[in-house]
Formats: sequence, structure tokens, C-alpha cells
Amino acid sequence: MEIPVIRNILEANDRISEQLRNMFRQMHILTLNLMSSPGSGKTTLLERTLTDLKEEFTMAVIEGDVMTSNDAKRVAATGAQALQINTDGGCHLDSSMVLQACNQMQLDDTDILFVENVGNLVCPAEFEVGEDYKVTILSVTEGDDKPEKYPLMFAESKVMILNKIDLLPYVDFSLERATRFASQLNKDIKVFPVSARTGEGMDAWYEWLRQEVATKKA
Amino acid sequence: MHELSIAEGLLDIIKEEMAKNNVTKLLSIKIVHGQMASVVPEALDMAFKALTVDTPMEGVRLEMEEIPTRVRCCQCKLEFSPVEDDIYLMTCPQCGAELGHEILSGKELYIESIEAE
Ligand SMILES: [Zn+2]
Repeated sequence: MEIPVIRNILEANDRISEQLRNMFRQMHILTLNLMSSPGSGKTTLLERTLTDLKEEFTMAVIEGDVMTSNDAKRVAATGAQALQINTDGGCHLDSSMVLQACNQMQLDDTDILFVENVGNLVCPAEFEVGEDYKVTILSVTEGDDKPEKYPLMFAESKVMILNKIDLLPYVDFSLERATRFASQLNKDIKVFPVSARTGEGMDAWYEWLRQEVATKKA
Repeated sequence: MHELSIAEGLLDIIKEEMAKNNVTKLLSIKIVHGQMASVVPEALDMAFKALTVDTPMEGVRLEMEEIPTRVRCCQCKLEFSPVEDDIYLMTCPQCGAELGHEILSGKELYIESIEAE
């Protein structure tokens, strides 16, 4: 016999994600799901953010995307609590992995939790991990047509960080074009052009973090 | 390879539904996936086979139906399906607007039914 089902295949992931979201709401933790392609400079950006804001906020990092154990050490060296999870070669983190990681961490008094997703722009967008917002990190060395190539990712991101702007004079990248593509996909997206290496533009990103932390605590 | 996670989700739901309907022998599964969900049918088939080898579900048939992307133009409100090589920009055939259209279908990913006895 034929049995009608009509059930979303990713419902288990969505359910755990909702549990996580409730938990983070009660604990007033701003949770950001960081996504990027390999080579965007995500670790440097995170390292600088953790260092510059460490007097202001208590921050923690769940790392699903670590190219080398060196990256993990760099993050831990900033003093932030960091936990690495093994994705077993999978192309994304899912909500059960993040739940397991949270159970092993001490998150009381945490203001911001960064979930560093696997370096891949195609599939993480389908898997929510209890985050408040998705943040996509792109570097100007990658080409300004990325938003156009990965529309779902940008349509669902709250923030786009364009890293390595100190290299703009040497690459063929139009900030205007990338920003225009991203805002066409998502009219509410915030765009922060930065250089995590020189520190240029980082203040605007920090100001956004301050506002969102304040909103989460309110 | 997000197909493996999808296959795991698939199995959990099917086991639940079979228990609920008091059936033990699964014959086939009908899956509906939108074009934008970017599921590769061959990869999903392979992942499902890998998870069910040497189990009573070994050899079950997966029937997959793809739903094309359908959008409503953000400018002139025309409903259309973007042509094959323009699924990123989605140029409107009537007014030429690109991107930012309202998505009507194409993000689906669900089990429609199972055949079992
Ligand atoms: Zn139009």
C-alpha cells in the first residue's frame, strides 16, 4: 500500500536547531553562524575580533572548519573558549554537532558564540544551527561574482564581510558590484568591507556586534 | 556531500512512519526536491544504499521528483521559471530585472509517500 508522508527531510535538524535557539535566547547569547569559502581569511578575522573585543565581551568559538590545528591554537591564544568539532569530512555542521559541542562547553556569561562552519558556500545554508544570524565572509581575492554564484547563501545572510580590502589595488574586484549583487539578493544585508590584517573597517563590524549584543540582552 | 545527512533524515522518518502504520516491508520511497535544494539524485541514492546495506531496507527504490524553480518578478510581478543557464541571476523575460525575485517554489525537500506492505 501507499502511505502518504509529506514530511520535511531535514526536520530533525530543524527541531534541534529550535532547541538551541531557545537555549541561547534564555542565556542571552548572540550566536553567529560564520560561513565562507576556503581562503577568505576567516580565522584571521575571528582572531582579531576576539583580541580587540576581549575586554568588552566574553566570547566562545565552536570550530567546525579548521584547516590545521594551528588555526585552533591561534583562536585559543586570544583567551576565548574554543572547541573543535570533527565533521567527519562532512561539508557542513549540523545542529546535533553544535548541541554536543555546547554540552561540553561552559557557556554561562558568554556574550557572543561564533560557530565557524566548514569552508564551503554551497550547502551550509540549508542547515540551521540555532543561530541568530548567518554571516558570510568573502575575500576580495575571490572575485566579486560570488553572491551571484551562491544566491541562497547570500539571501539568508544578515551580514556580508568583505575581507582583505588592503589588497584591492592589486585585484580585479569591485566592492560596488559585490555589494549591489548582495543587496539585490537580500535588501536588508549589512556589508562590512574590512582588512583583518591592517584593522581597516573593523570598527563598523564591532559596532554592529555591540548593538546586537545589547539587543540580545534587552 | 550533504546527501548523507539527507539520507539519515530520510531513514529516521521512514522508520517512524512504518511503525506508525504497522508495516514491515518497505518497497519504495517518493521524494520531492526543489531545484534550489541542490540535491544530486545519484549521490542521494548512493548514500541511501550505503546506509541500508545488509538491513531489511536494502534494495528499496528511491523515486525522486524535481520541482523546478518558480519565481515572481520583483519589478513587474510576472511569474516565470528561470532558464537553465540563468538560475543565478534569474533574468525576468518580460522586464529584464535580475535577482531579488520572490521564490514561489524550488526550495522543497520532503518525503511525499512510501510504498510498503
Ligand atoms: Zn519582470
